[in-house]
Amino acid sequence: MKKEDTPQDKSALENISHEVCYVKNEDGSYESVLSTGWDVKTDALENAWDEIHERIENARIAVQQRRKSPLYYHMEKNLMDLTLLSSYVKFSKLRVWWHLHPSVYEKLSPKILQRYAKVFNIAQDELNTLT
Amino acid sequence: MTDNFTHIQAAHCENGVITKLLKLAGHEYMTEPLAFGLGSGLFYIHIPFLSINGGPAISFRTLPGRIFSRTCNSLRIDIISKKFSNEQKAKDYLDNLIAQNVVTGCQVGVFNLSYFPPEYRFHFNAHNLIVYGKDNGSYLISDPVMDNVTVLTSEELQKVRFAKGFLAPQGHLYYVKNARPYTEELLRKAISSGIKRNVRDMLHIPGNFGGVKGILYTSGKIRKWRDKLGVRKAGHYLGQIIRMQEEIGTGGGGFRFIYAAFLQEASKYSKNERLMTVSDEFTKSGDLWRQNAVNMAGVLRGRSSLQSDFDNIADVMTEIYHIEKNAFKELSKLKLK
Repeated sequence: MKKEDTPQDKSALENISHEVCYVKNEDGSYESVLSTGWDVKTDALENAWDEIHERIENARIAVQQRRKSPLYYHMEKNLMDLTLLSSYVKFSKLRVWWHLHPSVYEKLSPKILQRYAKVFNIAQDELNTLT
Repeated sequence: MTDNFTHIQAAHCENGVITKLLKLAGHEYMTEPLAFGLGSGLFYIHIPFLSINGGPAISFRTLPGRIFSRTCNSLRIDIISKKFSNEQKAKDYLDNLIAQNVVTGCQVGVFNLSYFPPEYRFHFNAHNLIVYGKDNGSYLISDPVMDNVTVLTSEELQKVRFAKGFLAPQGHLYYVKNARPYTEELLRKAISSGIKRNVRDMLHIPGNFGGVKGILYTSGKIRKWRDKLGVRKAGHYLGQIIRMQEEIGTGGGGFRFIYAAFLQEASKYSKNERLMTVSDEFTKSGDLWRQNAVNMAGVLRGRSSLQSDFDNIADVMTEIYHIEKNAFKELSKLKLK
């Protein structure tokens, strides 16, 4: 890439940081320059987030229709899957899967709920709010 | 250490940490491309049947941690690297190092990294940063991908050092124990072995999905994605390739520009003009990767959705395969002293 072609588009990094790009200068030698971002990358990142937001929205509907427990919603919201949630909350995968059922969830002890709330970084009573 | 610490910014976190640690250990000349090349960082792999975030598992560089160990090894630098099962012990160990003024590299997960923009906080666990001191109970952090130094509270640092999931850091930290003095001969040897190892990884790795052959493998897959997955999902897959290839840390063009910069530097140290010519080949390849990112973004935005668009993307990748294969063959023929 030539130095003058370094993209300087708006991105999520704005006001936070820049990224280093390696480019060729007029003499043909490489040097590093700072870039504010590149539209092509921003599109790819936005596409990834669109996908995630869609998953979260589907999770919300599943919880509202009582197909899943609220833990499922928070799991998706935290970009986790069963394996990852299980290693954070330190319960077996099978146990976490069991807790994702609404009828099981409603009978969980405050102690167990607290473990989940801590992983999701929210207060225990916020577990039932789907925001 | 706290007062006269100078932050350096790099394209990739691991390169940046190595560069800083080696500079402090008396290897003043160290640069990011040099560290990357000595550690044979350039790679390509498309792991079949594995999906990451619901997309293809593709990497443009070698395994996390490899660049560091290889670079230090080739320069005869002793490093200490530790992982912990006990979180408190991990904290005490780090505090002890800080008390002795040892600048330490830490592997962390980015999901809870408070100073990162939220858009970039995925469950990615192979990020690296430098801890260079402590002030009022907060840790002084130099993260190579950021413009400036920053701080993390004790809880914040613990949380990211013990992130969970794939490549979980387990409190992993590393630092230079002692370094032999720099000689130009040592560096020349390190350059030669770094290039040879990279040739081996890219040309002679078994199987059809790693090294330069991996690029051809992906190219073949892309041709089928439209029929197999539908345009929307295929677009999501291509988006994932763009992110792996261009997202912060690659220096652009899937690390190909950093490698081209390394070969330019290597040419000066080894006094070998042909390295300059091969460097141009990697620039060409990096430019093609970037051009292809634009093509892929076209599918993502819904501007191009025909099979011919997918074929075009695959064709460019086939072209890249030939360029990189020939460039590495060229490198394998060089007699470097």
